[in-house]
Amino acid sequence: MCTVCGCGHNSAINPEVSVQSEGTGGSRSFHRGQDTASRIIQIERDLLHENNQFAAMNRSYFVEHRILALNLVSSPGSGKTSLLVRTLADLRDEFPLAVIEGDQQTDYDAQRIRSTGIDVVQVNTGKGCHLDGRMIGNALNELRPQPGGVLFIENVGNLVCPALFDLGEAHKVVVLSVTEGSEKALKYPDMFHAADLMLVNKIDLLPYVEFDIEHCISCARSIKPNIEVLSLSATTGSGMSAWYEWMRRCRPAADGNRVDELSAGTRPCA
Amino acid sequence: MHELAVCEGLRKVLEEQAQARNFTRVIQVWLEIGELAGLEVDAIRFSFNVAMKGSLAEDAALKIVEVPARAWCPTCMQEVAIKQRFDGCPHCGGLSLQVVSGEEMRIKEVEVN
Repeated sequence: MCTVCGCGHNSAINPEVSVQSEGTGGSRSFHRGQDTASRIIQIERDLLHENNQFAAMNRSYFVEHRILALNLVSSPGSGKTSLLVRTLADLRDEFPLAVIEGDQQTDYDAQRIRSTGIDVVQVNTGKGCHLDGRMIGNALNELRPQPGGVLFIENVGNLVCPALFDLGEAHKVVVLSVTEGSEKALKYPDMFHAADLMLVNKIDLLPYVEFDIEHCISCARSIKPNIEVLSLSATTGSGMSAWYEWMRRCRPAADGNRVDELSAGTRPCA
Repeated sequence: MHELAVCEGLRKVLEEQAQARNFTRVIQVWLEIGELAGLEVDAIRFSFNVAMKGSLAEDAALKIVEVPARAWCPTCMQEVAIKQRFDGCPHCGGLSLQVVSGEEMRIKEVEVN
């Protein structure tokens, strides 16, 4: 028996082992009384609570201003910025557009976006590996995107960390290029599970690489059965019209009819 | 290394709670982390020590309850254990499993004085 609190565990010196061996709910009152003046308080709060609060504020802002916010995530080098540059050029006359660029360092990507004439704010995460809700809130204060438009948030090239951090977006869009492996979804399941749309980019390179699109899609759907998939090339423009059509379907209507659905953050666009 | 960001968030929660619930030192912290939560327990332990330095939880012990991943199989009409999101049902092989636990990442309780 534990000599500290009499809880039945063998070790009072290293109670950690016994705690880890317990299942859900086994945490309560383990070895309480290590300090006689101590008390146990329940907190029951998500570890990402602070981020989720910022994300909720961002989401309210987007809903209020009828902005479709898309969080673009991928590995480094999948072609997110080229995809954005082409998208901005093609859609700029159709509705208001704005971009938040996330990179660990430099504003090279923001310069590329700025050259299209579209409003952009660069966020450098420094030592951080992902954008978070607070960074997006600050960027929105600076950017003030126009109501009724589309805001693209280009996340840091990283298929791990950005999966966890809600930014308040309507959808995560994961970009995967055919020069990467077709089993990437299985290797980074959290990200593909969090995404609502997968864009398979650089399909103009298919004749030169070994990439099985069907296998790629079936891997993604084994993680997320209802993920939508579009294949395109930002270089040649092939398949881009379907991506634009997807955005048109996702945009909140001017009368706000779809705002409630949008606020849920998980609405399929089909 | 998002675990460091997660632990910095945890520190803020502890500091807020210290104000609201009147305590000055954290002795132990219990977290519940699911197998599918996207958090590495070892990285959390490392980050916890870094993030709590100089705070009211500097010397706090970290206790982690790991929650196994379980899913509901609509074909077999029962809950099954899984290890990864893409696992099939161990009984029928079906892939339409719905995760019911293992995504937790919560602060459960703290011992304070």
